[in-house]
Amino acid sequence: MRGAVAMESGRKGAGRGGLPEEHSPRSPLSVHDLTVAYHRKPVIWDIDLEIPEGKLVGIVGPNGAGKSTLIKACLELVPRSSGEVRIFGEPYRVQRKLVGYVPQRESVDWDFPVSVLDVVAMGTYGRLGWLRPVNRRCKGLAMEALEKVGLADYAQRQISQLSGGQQQRVFLARALAQDARVYFMDEPFAAVDAATERAIVGILHELKRRGRTCLVVHHDLATVEEYFDWLVMLNMRVVASGPTAEVFTAENLRKTYGGKLTLLSEAAAAVSKEAGEAE
Amino acid sequence: MEWYVFDTWIVAVGALCAAACALAGSFLVLRRMSMMGDAISHAVLPGLAVAFLLTGSRTSVAMFVGAAVTGVLTAVFTQWVSRLGNVERGASMGIVFTTLFALGLLLITRGAEKVELDPGCVLFGAIELTPLDVVADWTVFGVLLEIPRAFVVLGAVFLLNLAVIVLLFKELRISAFDPALATTLGVHAGFMHYLLMTLVAVTTVAAFEAVGSILVIAMLIVPPATAHLLTDRLGMMVVLSVVMGVLCAAGGHAAAVYLPALTGHEAVSTSGMMAVTAGVLFAAAAVFAPRHGILARSRRSLH
Repeated sequence: MRGAVAMESGRKGAGRGGLPEEHSPRSPLSVHDLTVAYHRKPVIWDIDLEIPEGKLVGIVGPNGAGKSTLIKACLELVPRSSGEVRIFGEPYRVQRKLVGYVPQRESVDWDFPVSVLDVVAMGTYGRLGWLRPVNRRCKGLAMEALEKVGLADYAQRQISQLSGGQQQRVFLARALAQDARVYFMDEPFAAVDAATERAIVGILHELKRRGRTCLVVHHDLATVEEYFDWLVMLNMRVVASGPTAEVFTAENLRKTYGGKLTLLSEAAAAVSKEAGEAE
Repeated sequence: MEWYVFDTWIVAVGALCAAACALAGSFLVLRRMSMMGDAISHAVLPGLAVAFLLTGSRTSVAMFVGAAVTGVLTAVFTQWVSRLGNVERGASMGIVFTTLFALGLLLITRGAEKVELDPGCVLFGAIELTPLDVVADWTVFGVLLEIPRAFVVLGAVFLLNLAVIVLLFKELRISAFDPALATTLGVHAGFMHYLLMTLVAVTTVAAFEAVGSILVIAMLIVPPATAHLLTDRLGMMVVLSVVMGVLCAAGGHAAAVYLPALTGHEAVSTSGMMAVTAGVLFAAAAVFAPRHGILARSRRSLH
């Protein structure tokens, strides 16, 4: 049932593929009728999603499709106009500790006076709780996470001394230190070098092996099939959500990127390249 | 010119004032909200004036509370104007604080016949007069100590700021560095914002008498900005900014005492010289700082 392609557009509200209407407690993320508007203009509209556990989920769509907004609305970082979000069947507030967030790299000031290790240790603050200072155990977890992203040697550096790709890996390490069950990542692959891209893919696979779910906002259509086993195609509404192999089709791409000709042809090229490779 | 016990008290009051400002100011600078200190330090004026007109006393707790409340309201209004008026935060800050400041000046000049609150004193402070307002006499080892009220008030605010920063160091750090992540980890960034704004408002009100509203901004921002140039660690930056603040107070008053004799001027304002010292220290750090200074950077780019 879960594997069934859920074509959401134009089918709001109806039970999908036999799934009951209530939120499944086993789904790391289930979204119902979610709408977010800025200054009364909707950014995302009537979103319905049911993400199965343990998947690497790509979220794709043109600029302004509301990909970041979708993530932020799930994490209650932007106010929702309507709709419900459940993390393993409960509201986000209750499940906060199970959820990790990797913001866009540009969202912070890299001249901030903290070391690489300090930033990674921030991942453990949620478990520490208020007033408790960062202890040796937090730093140990942070160091382990840094080793996994190959930046252990940089632990004591100030964060502006890293390259863009290394900074992105620091954010990933911070998410690892947090040890969440479902991760929301906002464009981790944006403008990174090849080594970082490989490192991130490695981490995603390790998280998947450990049964974690990752939702990743992604831009590069050429790597979608290689990186993700589940895909959400978004353009204000959900155009399609399902196993990548089933929903990553030329028709869905047209629906998602429709009107944006350059992107459309880029997408078509990506698909035909994939098709060519498959033969 | 000679140095009296009086002068030592002025330095002590100035140092506590600068240290309290540096503690709160460090986080303003890091949040790129330096102008918020400016806005709050001006906008507390109507709060001061109203409390003053109501109670008719400059020492009342009501005055302190009134101003602190106005200070926090400034932060709230700024948020509202920027959201409802759809203008960026700097502009909405400008709208809010100039309006409140003008209102405050109006209240003061209107009420000035009844009460002696001098607008000049509000702007530039009266640190030279603080030792005259004594709250307690202690005799320690045969030496009579006349504790000025400003010393007690600023000392209390300094300790308050210190306590908050020590207890909530990791929360302040994460919410300044990455407010969205902080919120997802349960450290609500909005709450931390208003906590910091409350500290800034309380500090500003306490510092008002000593250095005046214009110089509060110098004490809030310049020592932390100088410290930021000198270190890459937040804890060290906070410590250094306090040290810088104390140096400004001592250097500023020493300059005010000894400079007139050297240059032939009649008198030099202590709080003015404190700001000048702060500026000089900043300029020195900007040039000579080990990693972020102009010299170090040009040396690096040569290699």
